[in-house]
This record gives sequence, structure tokens and C-alpha cells, in this order.
Amino acid sequence: MALESAYAIEMLGITKRFPGIIANDNVTIQLKKGEIHALLGENGAGKSTLMSVLFGLYQAEEGVIKKDGKVVKINNPNDANDLGIGMVHQHFKLVQCFSVLDNIILGVETTKHGFLQKDVARKKIMELSDKYGLKVDPDAKVEDITVGMQQRTEILKMLYRDNEILIFDEPTAVLTPAEIDELMQIMKNLSKEGKSILFISHKLAEIMAVADRCSVLRRGKYIGTVNIADTNQEELSRMMIGRDVQLVATKEDKTPGDVILHVENMTVPSKLHHNNAVKNVSFDVRSGEIVCIAGIDGNGQTELVYGLSGLENITSGKITLSGKDISHASIRERSLSGMSHIPEDRHKHGLVMDYSLAYNLVLQRYFEPQFSTKYGFLKKKEINNYAEKLIDQYDIRSSQGAPTIARSMSGGNQQKAIIAREIDKDPDLLIAVQPTRGLDVGAIEYIHKQLIARRDEGHAVLLVSLELEEVMSISDRILVMYEGQIVGEFDPKKTTPEELGLYMAGAKRKEAGA
Amino acid sequence: MARNNKIEKESFLSKPAIQSIMASLLCIVIGLLIGYIALLIINPVGATEAIITIIKNYFTYPSKAAALKYLGNTLVKASPLLMCALSIQFCYQAGLFNIGAAGQYVAGAGASLFCALSLGLPWYVCLVAALLAGGIFGVIVGLLKAYLNVNEVISGIMLNWIGLYTVNMLLGGVKEVSSPYTLSIANTNPGALIPSLGLEKLFSNNKYVTIAIPLSVIIAIILKIVLSKTVFGYEIKATGIAKDAAKYSGMKEKKNVIVTLFIGGALAGLGAAFLFLTGYEQWSVTQSSVPGMGFNGIAATFLGGLDPIGTIFASYFIQHITSGGSYLDKNVYPSQISDFISSIIIYLCGFVLFFKFFLNGRIRANKERKEGGNK
Ligand SMILES: Nc1ncnc2c1ncn2[C@@H]1O[C@H](COP(=O)(O)OP(=O)(O)OP(=O)(O)O)[C@@H](O)[C@H]1O
Ligand SMILES: [Mg+2]
Repeated sequence: MALESAYAIEMLGITKRFPGIIANDNVTIQLKKGEIHALLGENGAGKSTLMSVLFGLYQAEEGVIKKDGKVVKINNPNDANDLGIGMVHQHFKLVQCFSVLDNIILGVETTKHGFLQKDVARKKIMELSDKYGLKVDPDAKVEDITVGMQQRTEILKMLYRDNEILIFDEPTAVLTPAEIDELMQIMKNLSKEGKSILFISHKLAEIMAVADRCSVLRRGKYIGTVNIADTNQEELSRMMIGRDVQLVATKEDKTPGDVILHVENMTVPSKLHHNNAVKNVSFDVRSGEIVCIAGIDGNGQTELVYGLSGLENITSGKITLSGKDISHASIRERSLSGMSHIPEDRHKHGLVMDYSLAYNLVLQRYFEPQFSTKYGFLKKKEINNYAEKLIDQYDIRSSQGAPTIARSMSGGNQQKAIIAREIDKDPDLLIAVQPTRGLDVGAIEYIHKQLIARRDEGHAVLLVSLELEEVMSISDRILVMYEGQIVGEFDPKKTTPEELGLYMAGAKRKEAGA
Repeated sequence: MARNNKIEKESFLSKPAIQSIMASLLCIVIGLLIGYIALLIINPVGATEAIITIIKNYFTYPSKAAALKYLGNTLVKASPLLMCALSIQFCYQAGLFNIGAAGQYVAGAGASLFCALSLGLPWYVCLVAALLAGGIFGVIVGLLKAYLNVNEVISGIMLNWIGLYTVNMLLGGVKEVSSPYTLSIANTNPGALIPSLGLEKLFSNNKYVTIAIPLSVIIAIILKIVLSKTVFGYEIKATGIAKDAAKYSGMKEKKNVIVTLFIGGALAGLGAAFLFLTGYEQWSVTQSSVPGMGFNGIAATFLGGLDPIGTIFASYFIQHITSGGSYLDKNVYPSQISDFISSIIIYLCGFVLFFKFFLNGRIRANKERKEGGNK
């Protein structure tokens, strides 16, 4: 009799090619039963591709997949589901206008005499929800709930289908710190119940906190697997990048200069409710400083940036950029007056997903004489050369270089392309919203250095970030936003994450500038 | 990396352009096949001959001169079809479904005929009038879309009908006494006929062959250049496929929508003038349905793989089988059979993308099999 395999899933010698690149080159990963197995690698290393092969979205050219020691063939997500494999994608795949309950049972409805048995389903969902601490409101519509609850819905969807092997592709990138802690706990509970988990994250601290083992990929190749108990963050980042990485940014002291951005009593309406999302906000950003807006997601940061960048009209107040009133200027005028904007939603705003990388890199400048003739023709050669330059300088990795279609690039490299474009415009004011979301530690180090360099060269940077660590390490001044207002101003050297936390949660407030 | 290049030497079949062409050809073959089956059901005896007749179109004439003459006729009607197809395609690139092309075509017909027959103006002024009339119809849709967010399909369809009845009224004053048709331009104002510059000699003196035909092809080529090489094309396409990103980058989305629909309308309006100012057809002021030209343009643009150059061939083909259908024995087959076949092809055009996907899958599967064999 054959011995029962210790592995829930084995992916052996997997090779997956795309035109121009080998995304997975002879990769082997073995997932033990009941373990949390982290997958780590730089942007574009091939993590998502590998998981897509396991979930049946791509077919590998070489290699085999074994489940419980037996070779299986996974041709599509249905096959994966039949084998008990579930996946939470980085971009959720829920039906927006359906309730949570309907989303969970979609496709596996229980019926009796042709009628839906929603009560049976509801009972099972509530049991699962209790058992793993997955708080959801089964009757809420998906479009109305938070990202965190959407993710819990996705997890319940997997559990409802009795999946044993759970894949999480960068689940924490979109969550608030509190939600991340919750998710970590949920994952631990799941593994305790015998579920096997594959977990992709760029945040080393998270991997250290929950994973049992970690496998590292670099440029499509398998580097190795380590026990988390025997390693530390430095070693992990070295394995992944091949050199030492400075995990916390450092910068020299600098006295801020003239006011670059001046905001006075700005009010911005909300798309979601009838109240204003930003209420009567005033602040300055000076040359040579990085000002950071901290706060829990959904407290008006998004709308604040919309108001500044012109994506949304402000209802009252005044915005001045380098002494010029831009309160009601068009988006293009603001951009030409020296504002750059790294947007929060890179797929929606940041990129034309079906354009090439080269075309995307000139999205803010295609009309300049450098890139178009006076008769309105694009200078394709110049655009290409410029793209090659940025690709080189910012290490944007893609399968075919400048002509690569943005959609096929890895998430982190899409983000790098946006950052390169916005910084290279050499703006007086750089507005960066969560610029390092989804980036690997090497890329984060590079981006932080770039932001600090902007400041050192005497330009202004307005950073919006949900990550306190980032806020504390690179900003010169911190403004905390709560319910559409700035409730406190802090010097990062004289405050603590705990103090900031109190203001972010609305437990304390003080007048800005006080 | 050097190694990669060798592995992934792209096969000829995996080029997107080739795939589009293959998919379109597949549509045509299946469309003709279904048409043939329909002919078999109606009357199995003459079916084979009938389908051959449709495909042969003007080649049914034994003499070369006659064949050329009727080739000319097919081309005369293919050129307005091409213009309507270009109209729909241009708007489609900007993310707009210009079903109003039919009405813009009607407006162009009305304006050109009114200028020709009622005002006695020369042909080039009539062309400009058609262009502007179509353009204005387009702009109305564009304004409604940009400022009131009215869906362009709905406002387009309504304008189609408004256009039809307005034009019927407008041309009521220049119709023949004993028929519902407008006066003949050749008799009333020959200066309004589009000149042929000797082109008709190539088609056995077919007097309907004019410079409208090469003009429409040139316009297609210009459109191709505008879309792929200019700043305007870059903006239009970005607005079409990623509205929010276009807004973020500071493109004037509203202006682009309006300009796009103006150009779309102008193309369709000009298309109508390209037909009516040859004298090939006269407008019937009692017609109560919107001419199908604008709708057939939808088919031609999809069959042409959403590419201006492909659309030139697709328009010709659709017109070819439509004309071919008119040679069928009307005692055996209803004259609509060629419309039927082209509608099948039109219907299948919707599947062009699916076919492309299918082809892609086949190629990949084949490759995998081959690579597997090498191991
Ligand atoms: N559908 C596709 N077509 C072509 N190339 C692709 C496709 N999907 C991924 N790639 C390429 O394969 C490589 C690996 O991509 P993948 O998305 O797996 O990276 P990743 O490790 O998940 O990176 P990130 O951390 O940035 O999400 C990238 O260079 C990417 O450009
Ligand atoms: Mg990824």
C-alpha cells in the first residue's frame, strides 16, 4: 500500500512561457497539508502566473501537478474547484449588485423541487462565518460593503465549496492595518482546521507573522524554500532580490522652503453619500518637504486628491499651486502647471490597459513637441526611445519591453510604469497615493529614495498612505484625516504610531497647525 | 533573453492581423454555407446554381464589357456602404456605437439632393452640404451624450426617424409629378453630378462610375492614418477604451465625443452624396423605412475586423453578394435571399472575435502538441 502523501499539492518542474518571457522556469513548489506557505518574489517574478496555473487559468508547457501524491490535470477553474482548490484573486470577482449570500452560493445553489433553498445556504454560511471569525452581513449588497468584507465574502465562497487548498494572491494589498490583522487571524484559524494555504505577499512582516514556510522565486526561477522559524526579514529579502535591502528609508534633515501647494477651506462632495467627503480642509505643502496624509481608508483621502487633481470639482475653497490659482483649472492645466499625480486606482485611472507600455509612458505628455509634430502626428520613434529610457532607469520589467501591452504586465510593474511617468515629468508638486502598494521591497526602497530625492531637490511631495510604517519613515510632516477633516498635525520624530492611531480612529483631535 | 527570442519565434498564424482576416473569411464561408442550405430547403434543384450565381454576380455576363459595366454598378453602391462602415468604425474606436449612421446618411441624402435639385448648386457644394448635414446629425447625438449622458444608441435611433420624415418633406418639392421619386439630376442640374474624370471608360462607359469610388477608398486610408499615427487618434482610442484614464490624463472627453460624432456623421452624410449625386438612385419621398445602408455598415465594419483597410474589402464583398442576389430567378427564390445571406454573415460577424479566440486556442494547442512531441 502506498504511503499517504504529506503534501496536499505539489507543482513539479512547472514551466510557463509568454511571448518574449519565461514566466515560470522549471519551478517546484510543495504545499504540506495544513500549512501556510508563503510565495515571495520581486514584481514580475511569476507568482501570479504560477498560481494561475494551479487554478487552471493557464496551462503550463512543462511540469506536473500532484494532489495528495496523484498526478492531476487542471484545465480550467472548474477542474480546480472539483479538486478542492479555491483562489481569492487580487481583484475580486464578485457580482456587484448581488447580495453577499447570493454571491457565495452562485453556481452551487441548493434547490428542492426547483426552488432555491436559501435558508439551508444561510445556515451553512453563518456556521462557517462563526467558525472562522469571518464577519459578513449576508443580505448586504456587495457594492455597499467595504473591501475587507468583500474579501471575507470571497473567502466564504471558497469555504462554502468545501475547498481544502486556498490560494490568496496579495490579499493584504487592499486592506487597512486592522483588516490585515483580522485576515492573519482568519488564515491561522483556517490552517488549524486543516486547510492548506498558499499566500502571496510583498510584506515580509506578514509572512514572518503567519507563514510556516516560504518559497522564493526570482525572475521566473525557483530559488529555494525556507522554514520561517529559521529565518528573518533580511535573509528573505536577500533571497528574493540577491542583495541587501534597506528596509527602512533614511533621510537628512532639511528646512522647507516656499509654499508650493496652498489649500484653503476646500470642500469636496462625496459620490457615496450626501455629506461632503472633504470638509473645509486647509493646509500647505512647501518645497523640500514630504507631507503625508495619514488615516484609515475612506475618511476622505481619495476625494481630497480628486479635488486637488481636478478629477472632481470642489464646491468651495481655494487651491493655489506655486502662487497660481488652480481652484477651477482643468486637469490638463494643473498638470501643465507642475502637478503630477500617482493615482490610487492604477487600472481605472493610471493606465490605458490596452495601450502599449510606451504609449502609457507618454500619457501625460504625448501632445508635447517632443512627442508629436506640429501637424498632430505622433513621433513614434521618440516615444519609443523615451520609453526605453524610463524602462531602463526605473527597471520596469515586462515581456517585450516598450511594445508590451500594459494589461499583460505584472501588477507591480504596472505601478512602476506610472511612477516613472509621473516623476519624470519633473513636477513642482508630486501627489502620490499609495505609491508602493503591491511593490516588492526592492522596488519600495527605490521609490522611497525617489520621493526623498524629489524633496532634496527642493520640490514638494504630498503622500497619501495607509501604511503607518511608510508614513513614519519618509514624511517630514503628518496630517491625520478623519471623517473628511484634518484632525491633527504631527512631526514624525515626535510622535508614535499609537498616538497617530488614536487620531485616525477619531478618539482625539486637535486643530491643524496648532 | 536571447534564448527566449528563439523559443517564441511568432508563427505567421499568431499575428493579430492574419487572425482577423482568417476569422472574417471563416464568417464568410459559414455565411455562404448557411445561405446554401436555405436555398436547398426552398428549392433543392436549383440551389447549387443559385449560390454560384450569387457569388458570381456580374461574372454571369459572358461578355467582358458587360461584366465590367456591372462590376461598376457594384462599386457604385459599395462606396456609400464603405462610408457608412467607416462612420461606425470611427465612432466605435472612441467607444461609441453610432447606430445613428443610418440617419446621418439620410440627412446627407436630403441635403445633397436639396442643394442639387432645389437650389441648383454644383456637385462640390452639394458634397459639402451632405457632409455638414450628416455632421450636424452626429453632433446632436454627441451633445446629448456629452452633456446629458443620453445613450447614443437611443438618441441615434430616434434621429434616424426624425431624419427620414424631415428629408421626405424637404424633397417633396423636387419630386417627379407622376412618381414618388426625386427628379433626375442629369435632366435638372447635370452640374451636380459627381464628375468621373474618365473613370467610366474603364467600366464600359458606366456613367454612374465617378470619382466617388476612389475618394471613399482614399478616405478609408486617411482614417487609418488618423487612427494609428496622430495625436487625435491616440486620444480618441484612449477615450474609447479607458474613459477614466483619458480623463485623468486631461483629455477633453466631452469635446472628443462631440468631434468624433461630427466626423462619424460627416462620413455617413458624404456616403449618401456619393450615391445620390451619381444619379444611380433617386430618393423616394414616400419611403417609410430608414435606408439599410447605415445598418449594413455595421456588418461591413465588423467583417472588416474593425480596420479601415479591411473594411474596404468587407464593404465590397457585402455589396457583391447583395448585387449577386438580384440575378436569382425570382420565380424560384425570393429576392430577399441575398439579403438573407448577408444578414447571416452580418450575424456571424458578431462572432469574429470568438473565431479569433478559437483560432488562437487551436494554434496554442497545436504548438503544445508539437513541443510535447519533441521531448
Ligand atoms: N497574460 C500574459 N501575457 C504575457 N505576459 C504575461 C502575462 N501574464 C504575465 N505575463 C508576464 O509574466 C511575468 C510574470 O508575471 P506575474 O504576474 O506572474 O508576476 P508576479 O510575480 O505576480 O508580479 P507582481 O508582484 O508584480 O504581481 C511578467 O513579466 C509579466 O509581464
Ligand atoms: Mg502578481
